[in-house]
Amino acid sequence: MTASDPVAARADDVWKVYGSGEAEVIALRGVSVTFQRGVFTAIMGPSGSGKSTLMHCLAGLDSVTRGEVRIGETTVTGLGDAGLTRLRRDKVGFIFQQFNLLPTLSAKENILLPLAIAGRKPDDAWFDTVIRTVGLQDRLEHRPAQLSGGQQQRVACARALVARPEVIFADEPTGNLDSRSGADVLGFLRDSVRQHGQTIVMVTHDPVAASYADRVIFLADGAVVDELHDPSPDMVLDRMKKLDAPAEVER
Amino acid sequence: MLRATLKSLLARKVRLLLSGLAVVLGVMFVAGSFVLTDTLSRSFDSIFSDAYSQTDVTVAGKPKVEVSELDGESVPAPVPASAVDTVAALPGVAQARGMVAADGATLIGSNGKAVGSFGPPQLGENWLGENALTQLREGRGPTADDEIVINKGLAEAGKVAVGDRVGVLTLDAKQRTFTIVGTFGYSGDRDSLGGVNEIAFTDPVAQQLMLGRTGLFTSIDVKGTDGTDPATLKERVAAALGADYNVRTGEEAAADDAQGLKDGLGFFNNILLGFAGIALFVGIFLIINTFSIVVAQRTRELALLRAVGASRRQVIGSVLTEAVVIGVVASVIGTAAGIGVGALLANLAARFADGLSLAGIGVPPVALIASFAVGLIVTIVAAVTPALRASRIPPIAAMQDVATPDRPLTKITTLGAIVSAAAGALLGIGLYADGGLMLVAGGVLLAFVGVALLTPVLSRPVVGLLGRLFSWSVPGKLGRLNSGRNPRRTAITAAALMVGIALVTGVGVIASSAKTSIAGSIDSMDAQLIIQGTQTGPRPPTFDPTVVERAKAVPGVRDAVGVASDLAKVDGEQQFVTSVTDAAVIPAIYGSTAVAGDITRQGPDQAIVNAETATERGWAVGSVLTVQLTRGEEHRYTVSGIAPTDKSIGEIMLPAAAMADFAQPTLSLGFVRLDEGTPVASVQPQVEALVADNPLVSVIDQATFTQQQSDMLDQVLVMIQILLALAILIAVLGIVNTLALSVMERTRELGLLRAIGLGRAATMRMITVEAVVISVFGALLGVVVGGGLGAAVVRALRDQGFTDLTLPWSTIGIYLAVAALVGCVAAILPSIRAARLNVLGAIAHE
Repeated sequence: MTASDPVAARADDVWKVYGSGEAEVIALRGVSVTFQRGVFTAIMGPSGSGKSTLMHCLAGLDSVTRGEVRIGETTVTGLGDAGLTRLRRDKVGFIFQQFNLLPTLSAKENILLPLAIAGRKPDDAWFDTVIRTVGLQDRLEHRPAQLSGGQQQRVACARALVARPEVIFADEPTGNLDSRSGADVLGFLRDSVRQHGQTIVMVTHDPVAASYADRVIFLADGAVVDELHDPSPDMVLDRMKKLDAPAEVER
Repeated sequence: MLRATLKSLLARKVRLLLSGLAVVLGVMFVAGSFVLTDTLSRSFDSIFSDAYSQTDVTVAGKPKVEVSELDGESVPAPVPASAVDTVAALPGVAQARGMVAADGATLIGSNGKAVGSFGPPQLGENWLGENALTQLREGRGPTADDEIVINKGLAEAGKVAVGDRVGVLTLDAKQRTFTIVGTFGYSGDRDSLGGVNEIAFTDPVAQQLMLGRTGLFTSIDVKGTDGTDPATLKERVAAALGADYNVRTGEEAAADDAQGLKDGLGFFNNILLGFAGIALFVGIFLIINTFSIVVAQRTRELALLRAVGASRRQVIGSVLTEAVVIGVVASVIGTAAGIGVGALLANLAARFADGLSLAGIGVPPVALIASFAVGLIVTIVAAVTPALRASRIPPIAAMQDVATPDRPLTKITTLGAIVSAAAGALLGIGLYADGGLMLVAGGVLLAFVGVALLTPVLSRPVVGLLGRLFSWSVPGKLGRLNSGRNPRRTAITAAALMVGIALVTGVGVIASSAKTSIAGSIDSMDAQLIIQGTQTGPRPPTFDPTVVERAKAVPGVRDAVGVASDLAKVDGEQQFVTSVTDAAVIPAIYGSTAVAGDITRQGPDQAIVNAETATERGWAVGSVLTVQLTRGEEHRYTVSGIAPTDKSIGEIMLPAAAMADFAQPTLSLGFVRLDEGTPVASVQPQVEALVADNPLVSVIDQATFTQQQSDMLDQVLVMIQILLALAILIAVLGIVNTLALSVMERTRELGLLRAIGLGRAATMRMITVEAVVISVFGALLGVVVGGGLGAAVVRALRDQGFTDLTLPWSTIGIYLAVAALVGCVAAILPSIRAARLNVLGAIAHE
């Protein structure tokens, strides 16, 4: 990874086909997209548009049928399990809709889990910075069950940030949160991009959430159909309505 | 990572409790066996060192036939009185006394019944007076030939006292009457040495009754002068007596004698360990299941670990770490419990064998090593498959509910078929090509694994069919569907029960076949009355050969024959031999014809052997056998006839004259043939009168004889059932475990069912049906597999007299009924748990 390389992740003509014969479903049809370093990107699209699939393929969680995915200088396509494990450990962070914290570990232990797995020592200064950013200073010894949903998701964010990955993939991070907690989470995701140059790719179907991003990519039927920069919620909603319309007609 | 593993383990400790419990029980069995046998073995050590504590050197004749420990005790050649004098005259000898002590003296108690002993010998001996060890409790030593002293324990057991006239049976098989003039005990207020019954006579009576003639002793007890080293004394005595004598120091003799018992205990220990092994084998199934279910329930958690960078190896490591922790904890608890159980059993044994003072509970290092090794290995081996499965969870599962499609059962079924085939091959070689017990055991074990692998495929149709029995109600139908929805889980749970049930069924089939075969062969015998002793001690009771001669004179009796048996050395190998009063009668009784040669006649130097022994040792008619009996010199016999194996008396039948050199020159079995048309009842009392002086010997008809044989088999069967109960108990724990975990897994679903109106009772019924279906399925498998294994063994043993294959249908029915009951019991806790679910909480359950 070199700071001069402006591209954090990219997909080149990525196809994803599930099943075969009559059961064949084409989830992605030749998607090519580039994610600049230090940019907060939202991927939007109606249900079944392939947005989650695209994210899974970018993150190396799912294999592509054709095309190539790169994260930093690593070609993800074709990596074996060991390579993918190393990729997830060193270059990728995740934030999930369901938070996915280990219920038996304290907030602090959950945050440090990726580093513990990698056998790396946490950078204390950075850890403090992250904790302060997400505002968890006095919640570190709590178990997930003792935290509210918003707090849990902040722990999950901190977990993704603390390892300083090349890209953080967030899958509907506000899907399970009320609007205020959601706003908090989105707020410091944006802050971490602005202040620390973190790259974030977020899948969402919420126009308000998408409006926090620097850039919004719209997917429909497995292909990129549109793109917005510095969007407002209304702009996003507007585009989404257009995308949804043909789908409504089909039904 | 380790921390995450341990914390997650702690959080789920209750779930893993039951799988741990299986290991605890198995390890307890292992540790308990070792502690029990070690404690008993050291206690025997102290008994023998006590018995020889007053002896510096002991001299005995070398036994003519060395008998292996499992078959009994070697009978040493007697020592002549002249040898005692030779030893007494040696320098350094303070005292040399001729001792008589031989097994086979039975006291007739005040109730007219023989006082038996289970295990310890019943010694007839000469009275040597008191010493630091032996102390008279009452009365005095015997001075007249009709006087005896007996040990206090025997007096209490027979409820006899000093001054009583009592009957005594000895090796000459005639009851004699003596007056008890004293009782004795041992230092430390012991009434016997380890439960041994002792009757002490005057020298000549002891010699006559226990050794057959006066002037002979069993051994010489030598006490050295002060300051003489026993080892030196031993050399001197050995040099003076020559090579025919076995000269040992007291310490050596104690160690030698104890070794015999230790070997026996070692054998006993191995049997117990075998059953512990079965229990642990069943435990493996339980642990595999628990880990598999827990891994399935933790899918999201494990996927998260993978998503944040954990490698496959780390996930495997995390599951195996759990296994190690459970293994260690269970081993610690199991070992501790095992030490407790071993100590308890040792105490019970000591109480049972009155006079056995325990040497203190010992925990031999091998007990600890074996317990921990077994506990850890079993847990880890069982966790390997679930760990591999855990490592295959894709990280994407952290994000979405990965639909886990029913993995096809083709692979596991193919593997199961291959393993089953291999098991069949092993069993075939083991059973039919004399491959030995280990091959058979290995085959049985493999068969269980093979069938367990095939179980998932079988479970669908069988469980479906079984479930129909309950499908008349909605809860019943749901229960049936639940038990069929995870074939692997159901299969493993059922397979665990299968193992125990298969083993009891297999043994049951063998036993019931043996019973019908015996009944058949007794029925076909042309001998209406059988004279036979009830064994109460290590040696079978015997009767005088004249009984047979006098029986022949009873009106209505056509013929009678008596059989004596002993262990002999034939062509250098230990072999059971019999001697029959009249060889010609045997083929008449069995209706048998010779395989070769002539079996209806036997000359004084001829031997009749059975076909199996002849094949084994390569003998044919005309072969010359060199036979060394317990007494007398080597004798050569020529094989004159070969009898069919299942219709012969013993392996080698020697002529009547050989009986005189047997350890017990008396008969242990007699057959009486009646004239045709003579009612048995009219003759029986007259034959009974002939053995009336011996309460141990009775005259029975064929039906009673058959009953006695099958009673004996029943006892063995019950013992095996008891020892297998633990394996079955563990399998039941497995059912509880599977259900409990399933209930936990289906919390949300149960909540929904309750929310839409399924009552508590109905919920419980649903769980119970699931349990019963699983347990009956397991029992069915066990009955089929066990029946098959048992039938295979019976067929393989056809030449050894297993002529009939009989399935114990009623027992099989009971096993199935018990399995259904067990299912109900296993369902109690999980179903209560399911019924108590808070409906709202359950629906919101993540």
